[in-house]
Amino acid sequence: MKSPAFDYACPTTLVEAVSLLASCKGEARALAGGQSLVPMLAFRIAAPTLLVDLNKLIELRYIKIDNDGVRLGAMVRWRQIENDVRLVRTHPLLVAAVKHVAHYQIRNRGTVGGSLAHADPAAELSGIAVTCEAEITAISAAGQRVIRATDFFLGPLTTALTPEEIIVELRLPPWPTQRRWGFEEFARRRGDFAMAAAALYYDTRPDGKASNAHVGVMGVGDRPQRLAEVEAILNGSVIEPETIAAAERAAAAAVNPSEDIHASAAYRRALAGTMVERALKRAAA
Amino acid sequence: MSVPLHFEVNGKPVAIEVEPRLTLADCLRHRLRLTGTHVGCEHGVCGACTVLVDGDAVRACLMLAVQAEGAKVVTIEGLSHDAHLTPLQASFRKHHALQCGFCTPGMITTAHALLSEEPHCDAARVREVLSGNLCRCTGYVSIVEAVLAARVAYQKKDGPGA
Amino acid sequence: MKPNNALIGSPIERLEDLRFTRGRGEYVDDLTRVGLLHATILRSSVAHGRIRSIDADAARILPHVHSVFTAADIGNPVPIIPMRLHPLPELQPFEQPVMAYDKVRYVGEPIAIVLAESAAIAEDALAAIAVDIEPLPAVTGCGGSDERLFDAHGTNLALTYTAAKGDAAAAFADAPYTRREKFAVQRHTALPMEPRGVMAEWDTARGRLTVWGAAKVPFFNRRILARQIGLPEASIELVENDVGGGFGARGEFYPEDFLIPFAARRVGRPVKWIEDRREHLMAINHARESECDIEIACSRDGTILALRGHAATNMGAYLRTNGAVGARNIVQFMSGPYRVPNIDLTVSMWMTNKTPVGTYRGPGRFETDFFRERLFDMVARDLGIDRVEFRRRNLVAPTEMPYALATITPYEHKDELDSGDYQTTLDRCLQEIGWKEKIALNGKETDGRYHGLAVGCFVEGGAAGPKETARLVLEPNGSFSVYVGSSAVGQGLETAFAQIAGDALEVPLERISGVFHGSTAHVSDGYGSYHSRAVVMGGSAILDAAANLRTRIRVEAAARFDCAPEQVELVAGGTAVGPQGKSIAFSELAGDGLSAEGTFFNKKHTWGYGAHAAHVSVDPKTGQVDLIDYMAVEDCGRVINPLMLHGQVIGAVVQGLGGAFLEHLVYDEQGQLLTGSLADYLVPTASDFPRIRAQVMGTHPSPINPLGAKGAGEGGIIPVGGVMANAVAAALSSFGVEPHALPLTPPTIWQLMEPARR
Repeated sequence: MKSPAFDYACPTTLVEAVSLLASCKGEARALAGGQSLVPMLAFRIAAPTLLVDLNKLIELRYIKIDNDGVRLGAMVRWRQIENDVRLVRTHPLLVAAVKHVAHYQIRNRGTVGGSLAHADPAAELSGIAVTCEAEITAISAAGQRVIRATDFFLGPLTTALTPEEIIVELRLPPWPTQRRWGFEEFARRRGDFAMAAAALYYDTRPDGKASNAHVGVMGVGDRPQRLAEVEAILNGSVIEPETIAAAERAAAAAVNPSEDIHASAAYRRALAGTMVERALKRAAA
Repeated sequence: MSVPLHFEVNGKPVAIEVEPRLTLADCLRHRLRLTGTHVGCEHGVCGACTVLVDGDAVRACLMLAVQAEGAKVVTIEGLSHDAHLTPLQASFRKHHALQCGFCTPGMITTAHALLSEEPHCDAARVREVLSGNLCRCTGYVSIVEAVLAARVAYQKKDGPGA
Repeated sequence: MKPNNALIGSPIERLEDLRFTRGRGEYVDDLTRVGLLHATILRSSVAHGRIRSIDADAARILPHVHSVFTAADIGNPVPIIPMRLHPLPELQPFEQPVMAYDKVRYVGEPIAIVLAESAAIAEDALAAIAVDIEPLPAVTGCGGSDERLFDAHGTNLALTYTAAKGDAAAAFADAPYTRREKFAVQRHTALPMEPRGVMAEWDTARGRLTVWGAAKVPFFNRRILARQIGLPEASIELVENDVGGGFGARGEFYPEDFLIPFAARRVGRPVKWIEDRREHLMAINHARESECDIEIACSRDGTILALRGHAATNMGAYLRTNGAVGARNIVQFMSGPYRVPNIDLTVSMWMTNKTPVGTYRGPGRFETDFFRERLFDMVARDLGIDRVEFRRRNLVAPTEMPYALATITPYEHKDELDSGDYQTTLDRCLQEIGWKEKIALNGKETDGRYHGLAVGCFVEGGAAGPKETARLVLEPNGSFSVYVGSSAVGQGLETAFAQIAGDALEVPLERISGVFHGSTAHVSDGYGSYHSRAVVMGGSAILDAAANLRTRIRVEAAARFDCAPEQVELVAGGTAVGPQGKSIAFSELAGDGLSAEGTFFNKKHTWGYGAHAAHVSVDPKTGQVDLIDYMAVEDCGRVINPLMLHGQVIGAVVQGLGGAFLEHLVYDEQGQLLTGSLADYLVPTASDFPRIRAQVMGTHPSPINPLGAKGAGEGGIIPVGGVMANAVAAALSSFGVEPHALPLTPPTIWQLMEPARR
């Protein structure tokens, strides 16, 4: 399983990086952590003519936390998120999700931007991005644009990025400390891709009822999705057993998973409901 | 295409030219003849190829050799001595934490990285970290025991030493 | 000769570990030769078809590509790989050619071999080979298709074995109670961590062919290769290096074991092929895919009267060197350690367009144990008898031994259980898992999870004959070298054999300077490692060699002392003492080296036996099973190294758990392998089954070898499928869950619960 041959460039500036991508007319690929791209090369399901290595772009390695929320540079590795003590308080949902990503060695190399650009339907970060209404900033030789997470993931391994664009930042909106949240994932083995996962949060009104509910699921469709039907049940309600049960039923009904060799659609549907149920129980506890 | 590569392996400088597609694993094994790092899957699942790059445990099959430019790489050979076994190696031997030996360099390298950072980790953490290293022979129980027993050597003020 | 026990029985740390922990093992891909060419194999991407043409011209002219060979280059006829075990004439039509020449019969079948200056370039060249295959309908199931894999043969049914004993028809006719069920086990595979590899070099000047990467049965493989390649055996050396696991799959003769030496000889340069993991999943022997429709007859008190029924095994596209073993074992060992007076079982071997099937640890035994133990739990519940009590009543007692198993035809094979007290291992197992205390949880829900317990008993036949050879050499420095025909696959042979040799020679372990295994250069005739035979066969051969060497030492000493050899005493530690107090150290008798060979012949099996129990809890909403506790108890006769044996049992149990819950080679209707990487073919990891316990008892030595040892590498896997399925059934009995098939994945368990939820 040796990769097909390709040329290689390792730019030290963003300008150089995007100009290299532009010059190859769609035949170049950006290399970030390599934890998803290199296996594709090994299986020869990707065959770029040029790899543009982003690992020298140290300007993309920041984690900034301010009034704009949490801003992760695209080359931030999972490890950095794990080790950043500020995030436990400023975005606990992100931290909880990242705990489920892959394995120890992969977390030392894999990156935020790489994961988003790869867009595996079960990826935790994609799910967090959609659930939290994050924004993704992308840059190309033609300029910069901000893409909403809801518009970013188009299908399995497919995003709104053009071949000449690279991600520079993921911005998660500010997170109030009293926010209630839950993350629940079910995988065959620890570190495997989720068979289904739920990420959710809500805020509590003075009258004790929930508001601003955001409920997202991953692994049950070809991309992460928010479940408006479930959010509607939560908003304006007290989160108690009957609400949770109703939310579970609505979640199972709202998703449309497909069959594969690992699970039937019926199972994934039920599992999605269970993940939402358990995440809600955590949030309400 | 041939790219110059300068990096450090087990404390020694290396200057070679490589094809971009050459993985770090293949570079170490076949160009530098450091065959202690093993290749079990070439798609980043089995962990047999684990090496340390600037102190971090990484899958050498998922890194291109050229990406190690300027880095300090340590392999199982760099974690070993001729004259004696390290505390972790001795613990693996004592607890019978290996049979065919193929996964062993990756296991030891990963365990060393873990214990270097977290010398007080518990069994659950050891299992979690080693869940990215497959073994088909031992069933893992003895490996976890061996790593836990080696913690004390890493808890010493000046590290596990020899 | 009874060896002393200074080393045997001790938990000695392994000699192999000194190199393995340092990364100084030498596996075949660690080797290189001057002028080495790298080979890749073009494999069929079509499961069934006729080859119309293969055009490799574009590949041949690529830079740094040296050659491309197809069947046309190999010759007519293309060599066939013969069966090593049970080579019945009926099975020959289904043997595999070393390369496809008119038809392809499975995805992964070799079509061409490319030689290039690097493995990457050789792989690049594969895409430049144009293969035109007329596709044919793929056969994926046992029977039920008009499509024939082998045109000359009118059916895809290779053979049906029968296991018979007593009069099952009469027993069923009168039986007060019967139950009939269907069960199935999925296709999975050994998956050693090291993929396969072969390196070969042809020395034109000396007419010698050297092949590295051998394992398991190098002597037999040399015999096959010699015949296929047209060289005398003496001109071929197969070298066994360090081996990254075998489990039955690695080491059998595969197409590459011919193709690589052929290529090396043809081009006059050394050639190396290293299998990649994607290739491995479609090319190494698959195993275990089988189904059965069986019926049991009992009296009302639970006494088993008879077993009958039919099984079918999905063999894949060709019969491999040991392909028939699993099928045969399903019917011969369905009774296990239990008393079944009347048996009428058949098993049919069906050819299909899937990867060929071979043996994998406990072949046929894992499957048949699952079939039988599932049936037992169902029967016990029907009759209102406690599951443990049901087993106790039916376990063969020591007073009944030797106890005959069913006779297999064709290849009239009789076997019998020769020793053992099955109640003791069952008692110990139940005690260790805390059955009495924990059974109260059985079937009940605690904290949202359902708990279940199960127990199962098994026998492990080992030490297959017919023979093994060893050679001991007293070196000039007084140390000893051990050469043996057994093969190491990671099981610690060097250490075990050093212990046996040390005790037999009455010297400390440090005096054994090296143990050399497997390679054909080491002994005159060897048989290798399979069917858990190495310690018994190789170890017993070492005892014989040690006795012969001691005789030689006495003769040498007698010559120096000028006395008769009978007057020489060999003192522990390495001194020969004669009359009048004369003494001489062994090293001074060695000369340039004093050696002796030994052999051990064996026609009978050893019988390890035991019981396993499990405690699980199941999440009813996800179907996830948590293995709270697993206890394995086995009696392995005389234990050479308890540390190593314990490791074998735990390792085997975890492989069994992989088979019970995780591992599945999935094909689609077109014969395409859908599980093509380790992201889809799931094996246990360190976090999946944290609590596995094992106890080895050594109370019943085997009567058939001087060591009293028993083969012990496979027992740990045999009962796991049955025990786990029964534990899950017990946990979810309130949902009426009755597993009939493996693997028990979360979606499968969830699905089994659905009818009750509605």
